[in-house]
Amino acid sequence: MKTTPPAIKIENLHKTFGTNKILKGIRLAVNQGEDLVILGRSGTGKSVTIKCMVGLIEADKGKIEVFGTDITKLNKKELNAIRTRIGFMFQNGALYDSMSVRQNLTFALKHHTKDISPEEIETRIVETLESVGLSESIDKMPAELSGGMIKRIGLARTIIIKPEIVLYDEPTAGLDTITAREISELILSVQKKYKTTSIIITHDLACAKLTGNRIMILNEGIIHAEGTYAELEKSKDEWVRSFFI
Amino acid sequence: MIPYFKNIFNDTADVSLFTAQFFKELFKPPFQINEFIRQCYAVGFLSLPLVTITGFIMGLVLTIQSRPTMVQFGAESWLPSMVSLSLIREIAPVIIALICAGKIASGIGAELGSMKVTEQIDAMEVSAVNPYSYLVVTRILATTLMVPILVLYADLVGILGGYIGYNIHGNMSMFRYFSEVIESLEFLDIFPAIIKTFFFGFFIGMIGCYKGFNAAKGTASVGIAANSAVVSASLSIFIIDMLAVQITDLFF
Repeated sequence: MKTTPPAIKIENLHKTFGTNKILKGIRLAVNQGEDLVILGRSGTGKSVTIKCMVGLIEADKGKIEVFGTDITKLNKKELNAIRTRIGFMFQNGALYDSMSVRQNLTFALKHHTKDISPEEIETRIVETLESVGLSESIDKMPAELSGGMIKRIGLARTIIIKPEIVLYDEPTAGLDTITAREISELILSVQKKYKTTSIIITHDLACAKLTGNRIMILNEGIIHAEGTYAELEKSKDEWVRSFFI
Repeated sequence: MIPYFKNIFNDTADVSLFTAQFFKELFKPPFQINEFIRQCYAVGFLSLPLVTITGFIMGLVLTIQSRPTMVQFGAESWLPSMVSLSLIREIAPVIIALICAGKIASGIGAELGSMKVTEQIDAMEVSAVNPYSYLVVTRILATTLMVPILVLYADLVGILGGYIGYNIHGNMSMFRYFSEVIESLEFLDIFPAIIKTFFFGFFIGMIGCYKGFNAAKGTASVGIAANSAVVSASLSIFIIDMLAVQITDLFF
């Protein structure tokens, strides 16, 4: 019987910046359709880990398999082919500020799907903006949007290409509690609607509880603990439990 | 002292690699035609008011300032040819290139620097778009093409300014003024001057892009990128000008 490879599998990942060892042998596997949350304190290498998964940061050592292909061995063209199956939501949205919301979404779609008709682009933009609840902002510039709206549009730009894996880098960072909850609920609805595999980097427990069906805690460059929210909350490890106080 | 020289060599190597990548990506499809046209508009058309005012004032002031000396030597009739030759051969290319270094190189440095800091360049890369081809190649090509056109335009406006400057104290018809200008000009006055402006344009774009693309993290680095782009581009203009004059002198 043929088994499906994990969506992402990381083995012995190491990364050092200067003299600062950030990742010291991370191992993880995320199955297709799974929603994994990586929790950890600031500066523990959470963002570095997901940036390695899309080749934005080159790993010093280790193996990163995406859909069974080791991306550390790929050339630029092959890596780009894998990237078209992955969506990345940046911490601050990373919207192109010289483009309107419509142009931001068009840019992502046009470069992702060749030979797409203008009608199809328009339909996809309207549909995606509706699913993040911001249809009225279609012609606004990023500078005219609030922090929460920027995150929603960032998410819209990520999902418009219909990725199989979505990586979220601190999706609720810098938001008030209510907006953070709205974004978490939006992530949950995206996971259900588009049936994506998700990796969510956060230190927001409410977001982790709502969006992840498995949680990993990163500490000093290694995975310190792993389990469901309920399991980790009752962990015997005092350090792990301190996260949930 | 050793780290200082090490940094200089490292920077030189980085700039060389950055330039080599430009030529590598230049001929690699997909070609970003729309972005290139948008950049030509931003670099060329939006610089026209500044270039018009600068060019006009250059011609006017040069004529007014040179006139007393020329009159003293009884060479007032040489004023149109002297002004046009000075403008075309040296003043307009260098001044307009410096203006472009201030306006365009700083703009590119700040824009790309802020895109780097706010992860927009990373966002482009994860979307499988080559940010070098989309952001850098289009901008360098636009400056390489637009700066010579702006300089030629400034030459014309400057000569017109010279005509007005001449007629503040003198009296010469526009037809006669321009006839004298055209009669005094030779191919070798125009050709080397145009060639060097392509190099000015290339270096303005390249330095602006390099500084912006390599900005460090943090908002302060955006200002540093813009500032160092202007300084380096201005310096490179003088160096290229000196080399261009030497080469012209050697061959023509």
